[in-house]
Amino acid sequence: MIQVEHISKAFGEATVLKDISTTFERGKTNLIIGQSGSGKTVFLKSLIGLHETDKGRIAFDGVYLDTLERDEQRELRKAMGMVFQGSALFDSMTVAENVCFPLQMFTSYSSKEKSEQVDRVLERVNLVDAHQKYPSELSGGMKKRVAIARAIVMNPKFLFCDEPNSGLDPKTAILIDDLIQEITREYNITTLINTHDMNSVMQIGEKIVFIKEGKVAWEGSKEEIFVTNNQAISDFVYASDLYQNVRKVYIEKAKSKT
Amino acid sequence: MRYIEEIGRYGLMLLEIFRKPTKWSVMRKLILKEIDELIFNSLGIIIFISFFIGGVVTIQTALNLTSPFLPKSLIGFATRQSVILEFAPTFISIIMVGKVGSYITSSIGSMRVTEQIDALEVMGVNSVNYLIFPKLIAMLFYPFAIAIAMYTGIFGGWMAAMFGNYAPTADFIAGIQEDFVGFHVTYAFIKSLVFAVIIATLPAYHGYYLKGGALEVGKAATVSFIWTSVVIIIVNYVLTQLLLG
Repeated sequence: MIQVEHISKAFGEATVLKDISTTFERGKTNLIIGQSGSGKTVFLKSLIGLHETDKGRIAFDGVYLDTLERDEQRELRKAMGMVFQGSALFDSMTVAENVCFPLQMFTSYSSKEKSEQVDRVLERVNLVDAHQKYPSELSGGMKKRVAIARAIVMNPKFLFCDEPNSGLDPKTAILIDDLIQEITREYNITTLINTHDMNSVMQIGEKIVFIKEGKVAWEGSKEEIFVTNNQAISDFVYASDLYQNVRKVYIEKAKSKT
Repeated sequence: MRYIEEIGRYGLMLLEIFRKPTKWSVMRKLILKEIDELIFNSLGIIIFISFFIGGVVTIQTALNLTSPFLPKSLIGFATRQSVILEFAPTFISIIMVGKVGSYITSSIGSMRVTEQIDALEVMGVNSVNYLIFPKLIAMLFYPFAIAIAMYTGIFGGWMAAMFGNYAPTADFIAGIQEDFVGFHVTYAFIKSLVFAVIIATLPAYHGYYLKGGALEVGKAATVSFIWTSVVIIIVNYVLTQLLLG
């Protein structure tokens, strides 16, 4: 579980995060949504410690980040996996070497054990024939899957994904969403996904935090989004006719059930 | 004020290089890779430039020694002194700033803009140590490259003297043995070792703290070349004053 208590972050004169408090539960896919420039990425990077917050506290399974020394924070980060927006695979390494990297850095496994673990996670993300390929030889979807494999190879407790669907076609995006949700349940981890993809919201949003202008404007589940009266989230989610129609159908179905 | 802040940040980065070191089995491979990339891959250009610079120094010295009372051995002497004291350690270092320094800035800078450095940090890796320490260790072999530059420069001078009929081989050889001061070679190696540390770390600093996208990587490589060259020139002056003055 991740507890966020009153965090704020400013860059110079611009305050990007304003007193954000929320909780992300284990075993659930938690989505952070909001318009471009709303502070989602800064929020995610603050959670994993890439940005230092100006105010507030963050606790990972009850351990407050600000009580830890820098080296202890690095130790804690070994329990975190991160899928970056651009995948952030190491260009000079093959797929297998990328996935094996955390094992090589932090475990004393034998070569055979490392190789088995790499095979296992690559199989888990449905990439069995790409071991010797370099990132430049992969498609966007494959890169994302390698990034997910690298993020879960150390059996993390927390998984962070920054726009995992960006630049992917709708079909591949759904596959990636499903994969993240399956992994969250399978490994029983706390997953946070930063997105502005409404398909993801409707598909895997077990808990959704809507950030607007650096503040939490709404939070709830994907089911609650359909019935909420919150104007901010409604304006954002139902900006397109498609989702307005989806909402109508959902409400009608719910009425007919009752 | 900005410059003081930058110097402070550079100092902190240097300290960070030695904190929380990367596992030795991983680091060993990285160091060997960097020795190959930074030192061995530079030998070709070092030998080429040294050979011709040595030749040019010989020709220019010879053309300026118009008095028949000056011995021809002076050509060999002047070539040796110029090559050992300045051309090999300083001139080659400026060339290396262009080759190795730009490579370091752009490779680390590209990793920064593609979030690969963030990925290292999220994994709990000390990215400064992982990226810069192997380069620093590899560059400690730089004086060996400078030794080769000295040898090739003097050899180039000898070839120019011989084939251009500027000085007989016997006079040239006598000149390069004349009044030899061993400390001059030590001075050159001390300089090249200090330059090596600068070439490994200053361009790395420009790459590591880069902000922006691909365009900024190119800009950072240029800025890094300018500043590293400036620092080398200043440090060269200070070291010369301290060691020979």
